[in-house]
Amino acid sequence: MNHEKEYIEIFDRHRQLIEEPCARLLNIEREKAFIKFKALGFPKSNDEQYRHSNVAKLFATDFGMNLGRININASPAELFTCDVPNLNTRQEFLINDSYYKGGNNKKELPEGVLLGSLNDFAESSHELLAPYYNRLAGNGDSIAQFNTSFVQDGLLLYIPRGVEIEETIQIVTMLHSGIDMMSNRRLLIILGENAKANILICDHSSNNNKSLSTQVSEIFLADGAQLNLYEIEETDNNNARLAQLYVRQNSNSRFNHCNVTLTNGFTRNLTEVVLDGEGAETDISGLVINDKQQHTDNRTLVEHRTPRCNSNELYKYILDENSTAVFAGKMLIRPGAQQTNSQQTNRNLCLTSCARMYAQPQLEIYADDVKCSHGSTVGQLDENALFYMQQRGIPIEEARHLLMFAFAGEVIDKIAIDAIRDRLHMLVEKRFRGELNRCKGCTLCK
Amino acid sequence: MKKNSNNIFRKIADKAYEYGFVSNIKTDIIDRGLNESVIRLISQKKNEPEWMLEFRLQAYKYWETLEMPTWPHLNIPPIDYQAISYYADPLKKNKEKQNREIDPELMKTFDKLGIPLEERLALSNTAVDAVMDSVSVKTTFKEELKEKGIIFCSMSEAIQEYPDLVRKYIGSVVNYRDNFFAALNSAVFSDGSFVYIPKGVRCPMELSTYFRINAANTGQFERTLIVADDNSYVSYLEGCTAPMRDENQLHAAIVEIVVCDNAEVKYSTVQNWYPGDAQGRGGVYNFVTKRGDCRGINSKLSWTQVETGSAITWKYPGCILRGDNSQGEFYSVALTNNFQQADTGTKMIHLGRNTRSTIISKGISAGKSRNSYRGLVRVSKDAVNARNYSQCDSLLLGDKCGAHTFPYMDIHNDSAIIEHEATTSKISEDQLFYCSQRGIATEEAIGLIVNGYAKEVLNKLPMEFAIEAQKLLSVSLEGSVG
Repeated sequence: MNHEKEYIEIFDRHRQLIEEPCARLLNIEREKAFIKFKALGFPKSNDEQYRHSNVAKLFATDFGMNLGRININASPAELFTCDVPNLNTRQEFLINDSYYKGGNNKKELPEGVLLGSLNDFAESSHELLAPYYNRLAGNGDSIAQFNTSFVQDGLLLYIPRGVEIEETIQIVTMLHSGIDMMSNRRLLIILGENAKANILICDHSSNNNKSLSTQVSEIFLADGAQLNLYEIEETDNNNARLAQLYVRQNSNSRFNHCNVTLTNGFTRNLTEVVLDGEGAETDISGLVINDKQQHTDNRTLVEHRTPRCNSNELYKYILDENSTAVFAGKMLIRPGAQQTNSQQTNRNLCLTSCARMYAQPQLEIYADDVKCSHGSTVGQLDENALFYMQQRGIPIEEARHLLMFAFAGEVIDKIAIDAIRDRLHMLVEKRFRGELNRCKGCTLCK
Repeated sequence: MKKNSNNIFRKIADKAYEYGFVSNIKTDIIDRGLNESVIRLISQKKNEPEWMLEFRLQAYKYWETLEMPTWPHLNIPPIDYQAISYYADPLKKNKEKQNREIDPELMKTFDKLGIPLEERLALSNTAVDAVMDSVSVKTTFKEELKEKGIIFCSMSEAIQEYPDLVRKYIGSVVNYRDNFFAALNSAVFSDGSFVYIPKGVRCPMELSTYFRINAANTGQFERTLIVADDNSYVSYLEGCTAPMRDENQLHAAIVEIVVCDNAEVKYSTVQNWYPGDAQGRGGVYNFVTKRGDCRGINSKLSWTQVETGSAITWKYPGCILRGDNSQGEFYSVALTNNFQQADTGTKMIHLGRNTRSTIISKGISAGKSRNSYRGLVRVSKDAVNARNYSQCDSLLLGDKCGAHTFPYMDIHNDSAIIEHEATTSKISEDQLFYCSQRGIATEEAIGLIVNGYAKEVLNKLPMEFAIEAQKLLSVSLEGSVG
């Protein structure tokens, strides 16, 4: 089970190859992260944070890694056409672990905004990015360190103070390869004071090989900044995703996040939000619809460091067949973070006797003048509601779908982009009806 | 006026722990340290049969391979297990009569604690097994209970007189391999109570054990075993105190409960070990494994605990709901003040069909204390129609304390309905203002509000205990506000 050894060897052997194409900033942090990774190794089965997600075994597969930055001859336009109607987005592509530079976005970005390859910008704007890159993930667990050790590219979005980008930025991450493939990608999003943006991340795969992606995102919101971030995962059953999202919010900033997992293999999403400025607000939510052998593990940590911040969490799970899922959410209220309002809700539906749900809503509170609560339920559809609908001539199957649809709707309705919301409603409905649940645009569905 | 009343409260606060006295009793204490010969010595002193010694040695060998777990949300200074004496006997042996006499000083101690050992003095309808240090001092009302077929005696006595019963059930709920402290206890346990309620008998009085640590540098490792046979009922109470000492003392007990078909057991604890002083010096480490096995159909087990003492409390009384339609309940009030720490909660393991469990936990933190609820609700694959409701509320008094909630829900069945709710808040300004308007001083008002907050749990306690617990709650809070 010592797969970390293999990767430590790979790193030592190919160090030059990894570092050569990369900016100095990435390599400086790589050095530190690798030392930490060497000491930590992959998470062990007795690690509380990975109690129900055996991550180490994922690394057993002999994955290919594109360390030599070989250009993959793939055009996102061929692999993916987003068919969400009325969705006016600016599309950016990350193919495997690289930013795709052949995009044809015609619209000019407002002045000062940087959007593109993380590696390129790290080279050209070292001074600007140095105070941000790996500042949050640097203290992360061994998967974060692994990512920092091997990462070579990703996406950067920098919005200077006062700038609003109205157009939704759609980041499409594609996994495309002829072999079993691992990709380590990175997102760095920095919003200056009072800057605003909407981001939609669509996680796709377009092959039937095994794939493993680690994704570390760091988001910095300065005073008064506002960010809506939506993530939709529609990969395949052979895909493993280890995503970590670190957010730091300053005063009066707003962060809305919704993470929807529709089709996947093995997913672990870690979301850590630090509220580090008075009046900051965060709203994070998630929807998971699992069947077959799918496994989804959502972990959140909302840390209140300063007084008068609000946080709200809503996570809903629908588990069918042999799927397993984990929800572990912690609210940490530091000493002095008075007048905090913090709420966490987790609702789960188990549809078969083989589905397994592990829920751990947690509170850790060191301040007395706070209002914190969490609620978690596991159950089935309301018998009375089903009966009521049958009485009115709705067949039982239809009634069940309606109720599940409404159950999921609460999370979807948090999304502020109409086109995406409608699309998700439709996708979820299709998913429940057992129909094709992918965008028709994927190569697999064409 | 305000000044005066504050003075009174300070006085009360100063003498807050009123059971902190030391009794001057000649006690037979064995040398400090733990090794195989110590275990043989304990077994020999108790004149135990061979199988019991085997049980102890097996547990000791396993314990040697273990390390103390570090996962709880507690800050535990390292414990030197070789610096503890594992056996202290306050009874002196009268060689001529081969009878064990009770030292009058010892009688006085229990009188002082409000536990009369003479049956004629007993006010309430309660039979008591009094345990001081490692030995059961006296068990009252034994004869009356015997008439009904109820066995209520000390563990040592039970091993001698009812070896078959003890052998059948001991370790069947809490195996010596269960955890670090269960292994330690299984190796060195010295006394405790044994209760057997025969088929169809409703125990006519409350059974109770009173634990007292007196000797210095000793640990108390008692073991309680309660067996409720088919269609029986028993209500069992447990109380405990210890003298004020500057060094920490270890209390690692095991409570095992077996509940058979249609039987019901109610287990109540008012835990008032010495909590240490206001600077966090001294106090008892209370690391206890308590578990009940509802193995019969329609069986019911109810845990009620009021935790106000101990420097560190670390325990999770649990129910294994094995029998169909069995029920588990857990009601808890945990109060921590000064530097006290508590990591407590419950485990509800649903195995049978139609099993139900209720968890009500109220945590109150004051001073610089830390109070955590940690609980597990597990519904296994075959536990059809399991139902659980959990509610964990925390109340914070002051901005230097911490209140935490760590519930775990592992659900492997689609027919389960599991609900968990938790809230954390402070005493509302409105409530305090309302009380002040009506001329109730702040300290008193806080006492009132806290008692109201904990009422849901206190109501589950037998009458006498409920009153004691209410008093305890207010006493433990003195000096924490203002």
